[in-house]
Amino acid sequence: MSRFVLVRLMESMIVLLIMSFVIYALVGLMPGDPVDLMIKSDPKLTPADAARLREFYGIDKPITERYLAWLMAVVQGDFGNSRLHARPVLDVMGPFLLNSVNLMVLSFALSLVIALPAGIYAALNPHSRTDHAINLLCFAGISIPVFWLALMLIIVFSVILGVLPASGVGTVGEDGFLDRAKHLVLPTVTLTVFSVGHYTRFVRASMMETLRQDFIRTARAKGAGRTRVVLRHALRNALIPVVTIIALSFGTLFSGALITETMFAYPGMGKMIYDSIMGSDYNLALIGLLFATLLTLLANIGADIAYAWLDPRITYKKTGAAS
Amino acid sequence: MTARLIGGNANGGGGEARAARSLWGLLWRRFLDHHLAVASGFLLIVLAALAMAAPLIEAASGIDAKTVDLFNRFQGPSLGHPLGTDELGRDLFLRLLYGGQVSLFVGFVAALVSAVIGTVIGLWAGYYGGRLDALLMRLTDGVIALPLLPLLIVLAAVDLDKLGLPAALTEDENISLYRIIVIIALVGWTTVARLVRGAALTVREREFVLAATAQGAGGFRIMFVHILPNVVSPIIVATTLSVGSVILLESILSFLGLGIQPPIPSWGNMLTNAQELIWTAPELAFYPGMAIFITVIAFNFLGDGLQDALDPRAISR
Repeated sequence: MSRFVLVRLMESMIVLLIMSFVIYALVGLMPGDPVDLMIKSDPKLTPADAARLREFYGIDKPITERYLAWLMAVVQGDFGNSRLHARPVLDVMGPFLLNSVNLMVLSFALSLVIALPAGIYAALNPHSRTDHAINLLCFAGISIPVFWLALMLIIVFSVILGVLPASGVGTVGEDGFLDRAKHLVLPTVTLTVFSVGHYTRFVRASMMETLRQDFIRTARAKGAGRTRVVLRHALRNALIPVVTIIALSFGTLFSGALITETMFAYPGMGKMIYDSIMGSDYNLALIGLLFATLLTLLANIGADIAYAWLDPRITYKKTGAAS
Repeated sequence: MTARLIGGNANGGGGEARAARSLWGLLWRRFLDHHLAVASGFLLIVLAALAMAAPLIEAASGIDAKTVDLFNRFQGPSLGHPLGTDELGRDLFLRLLYGGQVSLFVGFVAALVSAVIGTVIGLWAGYYGGRLDALLMRLTDGVIALPLLPLLIVLAAVDLDKLGLPAALTEDENISLYRIIVIIALVGWTTVARLVRGAALTVREREFVLAATAQGAGGFRIMFVHILPNVVSPIIVATTLSVGSVILLESILSFLGLGIQPPIPSWGNMLTNAQELIWTAPELAFYPGMAIFITVIAFNFLGDGLQDALDPRAISR
């Protein structure tokens, strides 16, 4: 087991390394370079100065050489400075990360609280009216453009009713828990709608599959009550694939968070990445993207571990190998 | 039974055609049972027809969708303008239809290109197996695992001049259209690749593949002539569903200013301007989003219905 985790971690590191090069190259292909930006802010720079600056910062060198230099610096803990914030990128990232964690954990918990009962109920009463209604709502949640949902919520609750704030994490000058909670309501609802439809469908499908298995019939034949069969026998087995799929969908949740944060001007990782790309803040964009990739890869490893941990039949040993 | 077999033999290919028709007939009937899917399919045909007919409707109504008319901004619904006018006095309904042309076109083409890439990779991996399969599937897993949207944003922000593309292409007025199709196809092929690979793995063990191999068919012929027809139904389902998600992706990228660029209207970039105006004209934000929502949900219902009809396991459900 621990060997398996180690192998997976190493694989993920390799993927991360490859992605770091891909992302570095892509960021290098975005319009303008740091010297272009200097020229913009200082019209007195001559082309000769610009060329000298490019040489000084190493921008005139081939991409592989620049990448290796950047990688060396990163390995030594030097992630560079953010252009937009004029501070080291790691310092900048901290608060954004915290905000994102708040938003994502909240809406993830809310999604599960809705998806589990809804999915189980739908699976227990297939083709009932409620099942059809739940199914319709799931499809609606999956198909709604998140950014438009955010716009509609802003229009209804901020513009028309004026009861909830449309953006930010808090009102300037006010620093109460209630104020911050109010600012979280609309983003959390938006992100929850984005994910809850998928989750409910996973739960329903997995539960239906499990209820068809022989051991459920055995449990019923043994005389176990309906509630007991559902909660003790079926649910535990049905949850195994659900946990995996949900862990695998972390990247999707992050994408949803990016849209949500951008729409509500909520200062999280997603908005930070978007703003840094738009504002040519290359160091911040690079680290933000790599960090998001790292989190997703870790979530994937988490999915594999959870799978083995929840289902004792699964071992990640090769058959016949002694370990 | 025997009589049918003999009849089939006597007619040569005729019996085969009849059997095939009854199979498709069966699938068609199962599809018709899925009322939502049928309704969605009908709705999509109407939507596509309306979008395609936009120039005709424009000519018939005598309104030019591109004409800026600042005296008639933010008008409410009227006979001349069924949905009113936008912030530049352009007819909202006509702009929605032109936007629909673009959004549907991007959805179809990007989903098709993704399906072709995914099918080739999936067939390759599933048929040859071994190291190549492991490598290709690792690549697929890797792409699936990535946080898609941030990467798409970077891809969409790439400066085409720095890629060394010819100026004739980068200055084409439709460049934002081609670009979004390419970047979505670049990341969208994974679902189809996995499905096709899985199906190809089982099909390649079947006797008719062995027979074809014994007759000296090469890998290419076996993959595309013998295996492909047998994995076509998961491809159809996955592609239908992916049209919906492509339209969603296109709309968010265009909304963020990274997809379809004005003056080409798309449902996504129509919402960009509407966002600025939610305090003065909230209704402008409603229609384009509603159009995306209806189209995407229709594609999802359609895909769901096709899956139920084409997936043999679905009978037990």
